[in-house]
Amino acid sequence: MQTFDLVRASDRPAAIAAGAESATAQQGASVRFLAGGTTLIDLMKLGVERPERVVDINRLGLDEIRKAENGDLFVGATARNSDLAHHPLVRADYAALSQAILAGASTQLRNAATTAGNLLQRTRCMYFRDLASACNKRKPGSGCPAIAGANRMLAILGTSNACIANNPSDMAVAMLAYDAVVHVQGVAGGRQIPLADFYVLPGQRPDIETMLAPGELITHVTLPPPKTGERSVYLKLRDRASYEFALVSTAVAVTLADGKIANARFALGGVGARPWRVRKAEDVLRGSAPDERAFRNAADTCLDGARPQSHNGFKIELAKRCIVHAFKQVTS
Amino acid sequence: MAQPQAAITQIGQARARIDGPLKVTGTARFTSDHNLPGMLYAVPVGATIAKGRVTAIDIARARQMPGVRAIMKRGDFPPMSHITPNFVEPLMADETRPPFDDDVIRYYGQYVALAVADTFEQAKAAADAVTVSYAAETPNVDPHLAAENTKVVSERGDAEKAYAGAAVTLDAQYAIAPETHNPIETHATVANWDGDELTLYETSQAVVNHRNVLADMLGLPRHKVRVIAKFIGSGFGGKLWPWSQSPLAAAASIKLGQPVKLVLSRPMMFHAVGHRPRIEQRVRLGATRDGKLVSLQHDYVNTTSILDDYEENCGEATPHMYSVPNLRVTSGLAKRNIGTPTSMRGPGAVPGLFATESAMDELAVKLGMDPLQLHLLNEPRLDEGLGVPFSSRHLKECLTLGAEKFGWSNRDPHVGAMKRDGMILGWGMAACSWLAARLDCSVSVELRQDGTARVASASQDIGTGTYTVMAQMAAEMLGIAVERVEVEIGDTKLPPGAVSGGSMLTASLVAPTEEAIAAAGKALIARLVAGENTPFSGAEPQTLAFKQGRIMAKDAQTSMPFAAALQTLQIASISGQGTGQGTFGAQRPKLSSHSFGAHFVEVTWRPEIARLRASRVVSVFDAGRILNPLAARNQIEGAIVMGIGMALLEGTEYDAASGAPINANLADYVVATNADVPALDVHFVEYPDYNLNALGARGVGEIGLAGAAAALTNAVYHATGIRVRELPLKLEDLL
Ligand SMILES: Cc1cc2nc3c(=O)[nH]c(=O)nc-3n(C[C@H](O)[C@H](O)[C@H](O)COP(=O)(O)OP(=O)(O)OC[C@H]3O[C@@H](n4cnc5c(N)ncnc54)[C@H](O)[C@@H]3O)c2cc1C
Ligand code: SF4
Repeated sequence: MQTFDLVRASDRPAAIAAGAESATAQQGASVRFLAGGTTLIDLMKLGVERPERVVDINRLGLDEIRKAENGDLFVGATARNSDLAHHPLVRADYAALSQAILAGASTQLRNAATTAGNLLQRTRCMYFRDLASACNKRKPGSGCPAIAGANRMLAILGTSNACIANNPSDMAVAMLAYDAVVHVQGVAGGRQIPLADFYVLPGQRPDIETMLAPGELITHVTLPPPKTGERSVYLKLRDRASYEFALVSTAVAVTLADGKIANARFALGGVGARPWRVRKAEDVLRGSAPDERAFRNAADTCLDGARPQSHNGFKIELAKRCIVHAFKQVTS
Repeated sequence: MAQPQAAITQIGQARARIDGPLKVTGTARFTSDHNLPGMLYAVPVGATIAKGRVTAIDIARARQMPGVRAIMKRGDFPPMSHITPNFVEPLMADETRPPFDDDVIRYYGQYVALAVADTFEQAKAAADAVTVSYAAETPNVDPHLAAENTKVVSERGDAEKAYAGAAVTLDAQYAIAPETHNPIETHATVANWDGDELTLYETSQAVVNHRNVLADMLGLPRHKVRVIAKFIGSGFGGKLWPWSQSPLAAAASIKLGQPVKLVLSRPMMFHAVGHRPRIEQRVRLGATRDGKLVSLQHDYVNTTSILDDYEENCGEATPHMYSVPNLRVTSGLAKRNIGTPTSMRGPGAVPGLFATESAMDELAVKLGMDPLQLHLLNEPRLDEGLGVPFSSRHLKECLTLGAEKFGWSNRDPHVGAMKRDGMILGWGMAACSWLAARLDCSVSVELRQDGTARVASASQDIGTGTYTVMAQMAAEMLGIAVERVEVEIGDTKLPPGAVSGGSMLTASLVAPTEEAIAAAGKALIARLVAGENTPFSGAEPQTLAFKQGRIMAKDAQTSMPFAAALQTLQIASISGQGTGQGTFGAQRPKLSSHSFGAHFVEVTWRPEIARLRASRVVSVFDAGRILNPLAARNQIEGAIVMGIGMALLEGTEYDAASGAPINANLADYVVATNADVPALDVHFVEYPDYNLNALGARGVGEIGLAGAAAALTNAVYHATGIRVRELPLKLEDLL
């Protein structure tokens, strides 16, 4: 681990000012915010993250979870994953979010991990985490050994010839299905970024993963009010029964009317360079009967354009089964 | 044949570990818990290529970092000796090349330098700052194996001819991914050179062997090296023989004149401390139409390192497992740019039985026969490989009792036919065997005036319960409470004990403990007879006996516990030593000694989400007399958990381009969690094996893993119709 300065921000402007001293908020940042530390410190120990300064944001009062005046769910950036998963509002109105969080990591990790930290966790690509390996995401231009190497866990959607890494978050998948919005505060003021636009695809610059600019602090995330009568579920498929990242996962939310699908929202995890949502696949479902054929149709549309790698072609079929089964579960 | 003890009191009792309180309170000191005054920390630098040469090592930046005492590399300490292994001294090492011996890199992670600093963090930072230049070549880590050095391991009849003429045949290939030992405690050494003697706190399953190897490698007299391993955070075979980190730490301590601690990181566990190699096996079975085996051919090959020939003895159980007149077993090796493999829990028989027990299941399907019936039909009367009787074989009882407890008779043999709660059930079974033998082993016993006793041996407790079982044994033989026995092990200053390996330690300890107690008793009798005013003054020694901790006249009129005798004599204590002869590796044994068992496994299968889980396991073992049912069950359960890992999850992945074990951490090398393990129902059929020792006990450390993977994949076939011939099973195999 490289030596670094640890500072505790006294207030938000101070944190933002400190963050803004970095030339980038992406890979290679010289200043990093410290939330739960379960991604950051891990990567610092591996030498993948090498900030010179670490700014602790845990005492900025960013940990609220409440119903906002407009009915949105307000989720503070440093609210702990456990607190969010077990919050009565979340359990009642956003079941798939609660389930997604609880399907991830372990109790100990969830007790430390935060909302913003979870959204910004990095890929689990084994080459990314191994300094002795080349990796375009960690060291742009050095190459991507995963393409010819171990890629069973990696992405089939949104990849490029420079990087095939997947986004590993469970929480983000559910938030994406619930149309979450990320609220950030920077030196030049605040902005709101729909989660659907928050992550950028790797293209030729896989080191750039999000819309965040230097100094931008995520203050909270909002989820629009629940749709009346909507039912949701999170289904995660993996090799091991617990404590493992997803091979494939899905968050599905459906409203039925007169025995037909009135509205459907769903997103996929484990398969995309970012959490994956395809509106067209949701449109396919609108107005159809909630049956296997319709679900399979939506699944096919969602996986359209998937590019399998040498060891993960099975994810296409597995993702489709995951989607179909989750829909069946939530509509039965 | 020795006779069983008359009064059984301590033996067979389900006793909690006597060292349990030390462990749960954190008082037990494991190797890396030893902190000595002036101690330095060492962190090795591993090669980041798997084949080639080191052309330069730049230490300039690292050397100047704060707290750094030395950056050591080849030439910085006197050359060390290579080891020529032998089991007799013992002098065993799987990686026989001492560290820094030359500049050739033969596997990824091979140590090329060592950073030593005041703190661990400083040493780690310095190790990371060392720049190594290489002339790299393309490594060979190809998982497809072609055997070199093929040899015949066992042969009888004409297996090829019988196979050609058999009415029903099966020919199948099986493969097992390399598995890495992942005990929670990583390998560690604390080396302390005091200018004359070297003390090593070690994570060792064999302290005497470790001492011998280290002394020879470093060129020190053996009596100048002491190895201590009081508590071990398990080993699974990975800590049987010394690995390079130990001589490195020792050399650093000798050179710097200060104690040095070296603890391997989790990724380093995948580099230079052994693993179960990748294994490919072919099994050909020939049978009559009614299921009688007529031919068995078992050919296997495992990867080994460039310098050392580690042979995974997959054919260990094959010759005696089934009755079959024609048999041929061959082994072969394939050299790869991977560190030297080593024994992993149940080496040889565990992977071997995966192949043969899968093949038996496949044959049963071909025959349209129940696999349980196929096993019963081919049960041998004697060990047909050695041509000698079994010392005690009760596999039939294991099979029938297991079948009964599991409800096997309700099995519908049709694939996918059994269902529960919307899931498809798969039922599979497999039989298993593991060797039973003794090793040379010495024990000393001290009887004390206060009625307590101390038993000591340079053996180890690797978490399996040796402390407790030794106390139970001595308590039993002395007729005292277990609480009155103090056990001291894990130190080469004690009488040379046996290796904690091969499930042989428990069986090896019985005779020397008995002999040591008898010797102490004899010495006590001599003193009582010679002493004045003792109840036995002037008696003829041969009229007295020492039984159950009491001196008694053979006419049984008078008897006296040893404590009272010592009080009368006014001596604090009296000691005796015993040495037991080993049977392991005997060339022409008169009896074939093995433990046996059977696993019955249920899996649930949900094709709609490709979810497979083990849901029920019933296992029954014939492992001699069980000295401590709690400890024994614990060993078996742990082994079955590893079997679930082996079948469904575990595998080290070597990157084809770099040769690096790329999943070298516990997030990517997936072992079973509690959620993967169903309730385990373990039974023992207790037939004491008095041919092995006076208590009739065998070891139970490994047998539980044998056959477990095959029982699982046989169940998978029953559920899905898909025959998994390569471990670990991958979810995509079932799509
Ligand atoms: C062994 C293990 C298993 C895991 N398994 C799973 C799993 O199954 N599923 C899953 O989804 N996740 C899993 N995780 C990941 C875990 O969810 C994340 O590590 C965690 O959510 C990160 O949150 P944190 O608060 O600890 O982030 P930190 O490590 O503190 O921060 C992560 C990144 O976010 C930045 N950051 C943090 N807060 C802000 C902010 N307010 N504004 C801007 N930037 C910020 C930091 O600078 C850093 O770059 C696992 C992690 C581990 C270690
Ligand atoms: S997939 Fe992406 S993260 Fe992985 S090695 Fe390639 S570039 Fe790096």
